[in-house]
Amino acid sequence: MSLKHVNAVIVGSGAGGGVVAKELAEAGFSVVLLERGKWFTPFDERKDDLRNQRTCVLGNAFGPDERNPRVYVDSSGHEHIVSPTHGAYSNNAACVGGGTLSYGAMAWRFMERDFRLRSTYGTVEGSTLDDWPITYADLEPYYEKAEWEIGVSGDDSNNIFRAPRKRPLPMPPLPPTREHQILRPAAQRLGLHPFDIPMLRNSVPYNGRGACMRCRWCVGFACEVDAKCGTHNTVIPRAIQTGNCELRCECIVREILTSERGHATGVAYYDSNGRLQEQTADLVVASCAAIESARLLLNSKSRLFPNGLGNRYDWVGRNLQGHAYTGAIGLFDHETYDDLGPGASIAICDFNHGNSGFVSGGMLANEFIRLPYQFASRTAAGIPRWGAAHKDFVRRYYRSSISVMGPMQEMPVFDSRVQVDPKVKDHWGIPVARLSGHRHRNDLLGTNFMSAKAEAWLKEAGAATVIHSGPISFDGPSGGQHQAGTCRMGNDPKTSVVDKFCRVHDVDNLYVIDGSVHPNNGGFNPVLTIMAIAYYASANLMKTRKGMGAT
Amino acid sequence: MKPGPSPAWWTRSSRRTRTQARFGAGVVNYIDRQLCGPYQTLQEFYRYGLAAVDQTGQATYGKVFAGLESHQQYELLHGLEDGKAPGAGWKRVSSAEFFRYVVDHTMQGFYGDPRHGGNREGVSWKMLNLPYPPIRGRVRSDLPKPRSG
Repeated sequence: MSLKHVNAVIVGSGAGGGVVAKELAEAGFSVVLLERGKWFTPFDERKDDLRNQRTCVLGNAFGPDERNPRVYVDSSGHEHIVSPTHGAYSNNAACVGGGTLSYGAMAWRFMERDFRLRSTYGTVEGSTLDDWPITYADLEPYYEKAEWEIGVSGDDSNNIFRAPRKRPLPMPPLPPTREHQILRPAAQRLGLHPFDIPMLRNSVPYNGRGACMRCRWCVGFACEVDAKCGTHNTVIPRAIQTGNCELRCECIVREILTSERGHATGVAYYDSNGRLQEQTADLVVASCAAIESARLLLNSKSRLFPNGLGNRYDWVGRNLQGHAYTGAIGLFDHETYDDLGPGASIAICDFNHGNSGFVSGGMLANEFIRLPYQFASRTAAGIPRWGAAHKDFVRRYYRSSISVMGPMQEMPVFDSRVQVDPKVKDHWGIPVARLSGHRHRNDLLGTNFMSAKAEAWLKEAGAATVIHSGPISFDGPSGGQHQAGTCRMGNDPKTSVVDKFCRVHDVDNLYVIDGSVHPNNGGFNPVLTIMAIAYYASANLMKTRKGMGAT
Repeated sequence: MKPGPSPAWWTRSSRRTRTQARFGAGVVNYIDRQLCGPYQTLQEFYRYGLAAVDQTGQATYGKVFAGLESHQQYELLHGLEDGKAPGAGWKRVSSAEFFRYVVDHTMQGFYGDPRHGGNREGVSWKMLNLPYPPIRGRVRSDLPKPRSG
């Protein structure tokens, strides 16, 4: 028996899908929001430093679980079946809110040049680098909407490199940590422009929820006092409140269904009891993050679309990217640790663009507060690995070190890709994602440069010794929680998957709205951009479908 | 920005931790427990590796690992780490890989949450002078059960 037909079915309730659900439901569309994970509260999972989304040696707190393997192909061509706790899996949380339940919550607007990389830097050999079909100005109102509706604290007025904003952030920054007080004057002495990182976190009561209590269990955990703002505690409850949106958890979507005339008609999914269901809808939105959205399109094969949806020119799953994280750790002769979360609080954007010798760059910020195992398991040249020397190192420097890190903007590589594996299937019998490829050489040049800048900043701040975070690994493709790029947005259907409004080129009622559509991923954590694009795409979607669902 | 005065227990515990580390802190207990849980698939790997360590001890010093002097143990461990340990046991599993696993699991057992069987009474957190309770407002539900001994 098929379920009641709705206007829109949205697959995935993360940063993108949650926003789309709320926008459509408020406009009167009937919406079904499908989520493969559960709806967690902070009390469902204990704060566990070995079992969370950041450190998952004993498992992920918020999924996905072992029933969801992937195949990873390393640089020598060997295939590995990897579970979600494996580093090469590129895990993103599977739960209501997606990554936004447990993220660090940095809320960056990309810079104007991030939308114009090819015009700025020219063609880059070995990369499919291109300009976006939209500009920063197109997204600006929606960045603002995300900041005010979901809630951002911080103060970027000292960031002279930032793109113009019409309205300030709705909340002030949290009071500075000790690390912040050490790093700010040092950056100023170097002629840099430090400022308070914008964060999707309540610094004061906002939106009916309280302020951050500054505990050390932040990135990787659900917030104990619900001060971290994700889609699970902002837009999704609002969508449900309208009465137009039904959220269904633990639903595994097998494929997007299409009609003989090439329109999307709905999705087939396995519900929480493992029963196959069919949800028909006027519109289908894939918001499953870069790897799973690509997998879903590729798994949706039919007579008209033998290679999967949107894949006429073999672009679905291409250009998988994330961020090359890099930086340095400074060891001090005095205490720097004050046990105040979230830890990360000060950043510079002096090196996002205009560096010589390579393309783009990234922001640098002090790292999130570190738990003992995170600190003790960190390896780099210059840090003893075990034994009494290691223990002395941890004891001496756990409270006397500052880490400055940043996400280097990666160059998209055509051969870094998501495919569906011909052999391996998940628990539900659906072919799994297969990740293969390599990074671009530019990533290495950029990370070396940024590590050196982090080192200079820490030295100026008084670090007695500075240790580089070590070269990034080139073994296999990038991805991770910042995964992006696999359903590129563009004007030419031959070199992109969706148009400038996130609609799949050859299926007029199918949308991809998440990080997949980013042609490049900025030198920043991408979540606010994903949210802004979701607001932007929803607005255009509703414009083109006036009358649908209006009640 | 100077560090505050160290409380008396801090200096005491830091002297104590070195000898306590292996057994007193519950690292072995932690690894045993995980080998029956999330690390189940590593049981064979561990059995094989531990036997091979003793073979190396026998081949080099004529004694199993536990019977060696402290400096000999260190020497042997360095050999494992470099992948140069003698002994027939390291054909199927590389000694460097085994060593890497044991080091990482030891770190987890010593620095991780006591609820998993290691870091007894938060000994490493005390060593790092980390304030307790770990989460404000969650004291009652998160305190470990009192133990005897």
